[in-house]
Amino acid sequence: MSMRRIGLGLVALVLVLGVTLAAGPRAGLLVGVGIGFGLVLEGLRFGFAGPWRMMIVERDARGLLAQLLAIGVTAAVAFPLLAAAPGELQAAHAPVGLAMIGGAFVFGAAMMVVMGCGSGTLVNAGSGNMIGLVALLGFVAGSFLGTLHLGWWTGLGSLPVISAQSIAGAQGGLWLTLVALGLVAAFLVWRAAPGKRLPAARLWWAAGLIAGLAILNLMIAGQPWGIVYGLGLWGAKVAQAGGADLAANAFWGAPGNAARLDASILTDITSLTNIGLLVGAFLVMRGRAAPGAPVAPLAARGWAGVLVAGLLLGYSARLAFGCNVGAFFSGISTGSLHGWMWFAAAFAGSVWGLKLRPLLLVPARAQGVAA
Amino acid sequence: MTARPSRPLVGLMALAILATVIAWDAARTGLPDPFSTPAPFALGSGAAPEGAHCSGG
Repeated sequence: MSMRRIGLGLVALVLVLGVTLAAGPRAGLLVGVGIGFGLVLEGLRFGFAGPWRMMIVERDARGLLAQLLAIGVTAAVAFPLLAAAPGELQAAHAPVGLAMIGGAFVFGAAMMVVMGCGSGTLVNAGSGNMIGLVALLGFVAGSFLGTLHLGWWTGLGSLPVISAQSIAGAQGGLWLTLVALGLVAAFLVWRAAPGKRLPAARLWWAAGLIAGLAILNLMIAGQPWGIVYGLGLWGAKVAQAGGADLAANAFWGAPGNAARLDASILTDITSLTNIGLLVGAFLVMRGRAAPGAPVAPLAARGWAGVLVAGLLLGYSARLAFGCNVGAFFSGISTGSLHGWMWFAAAFAGSVWGLKLRPLLLVPARAQGVAA
Repeated sequence: MTARPSRPLVGLMALAILATVIAWDAARTGLPDPFSTPAPFALGSGAAPEGAHCSGG
């Protein structure tokens, strides 16, 4: 192991210890889990948006199958844990509704434009991708703006919260989830092109590690892995500092959210893992012998497109009760029907987003854009 | 040709923005009291989950 990597490992250790001293052991552990997510996602190139694009464009199912595997492994542990400790752990359950479905569709489209989802935007920004950084700024603003209008959007109509557990109990719900994941995986294998059905060893490892970290997140935080709430909170804090009065807003006026606005970012669970995730991706990039080429330059219109797409990512994720992490990964792995609806709607949106991408990401000169 | 910032530079910019937000927030709200923070693991703590998640309205 090179001295550089040892040094980067020490940086991670110092960060975890520093947060532990400043905000307590749970905060330190959550930053450590976030760093782990960043190391795995960037180091093993395990993503969400990329594999979806590969499935749509090239009928390459390998990355998406690895995602389903990670979700299934997480579910196999999360369901019994949630059933055993209902007073200590909570699932990522949310209602299916018109705005939720529409939000997921828009999120799917926007994530294909910037080729980054909730976790991907953080990873891309941390690993030095300028498109990721610009999209992240838009994501923060968008997820905050989404909170301002959430009540109106959810008022358009939604079902009660439906979960696999409410349909079939904890054990039956787990089997229901695993069978559904298996059926989707079988469909993907059937649709995939020859030679693009079996994930590489790298993806198997990544799926296992992501599942392990997600379970650890649940055990430490008491809730599943999420991204969007923390980014919206950062936006709200910036808006408040800019003079915005959020006390009258239904979302930020609610006691829990109001308390978080007045508390340190280091007490917010999703903020802590988001911080770790970005730092972990940065460490991987710096640990490589060659950090990779910078992204291809965009025209001013292209950068504006990235910012708007980031804004839409954040706004739509708020309406959809989560992004690829909070809704798709954590929703499905803890039994929420909204996770499955999110998957279907976002995948449909992704097909549309891939057509928008070349129209919005106008290059400064004719060449591809690294993602 | 348009100048392109290197990946390490952009990554450092992302970290700098993050550090600025954390430091500014700490100056505004203060740091939490490390001696009155929740147990390291929620599982087995006996305490109800109090965090916020994206799936919450």
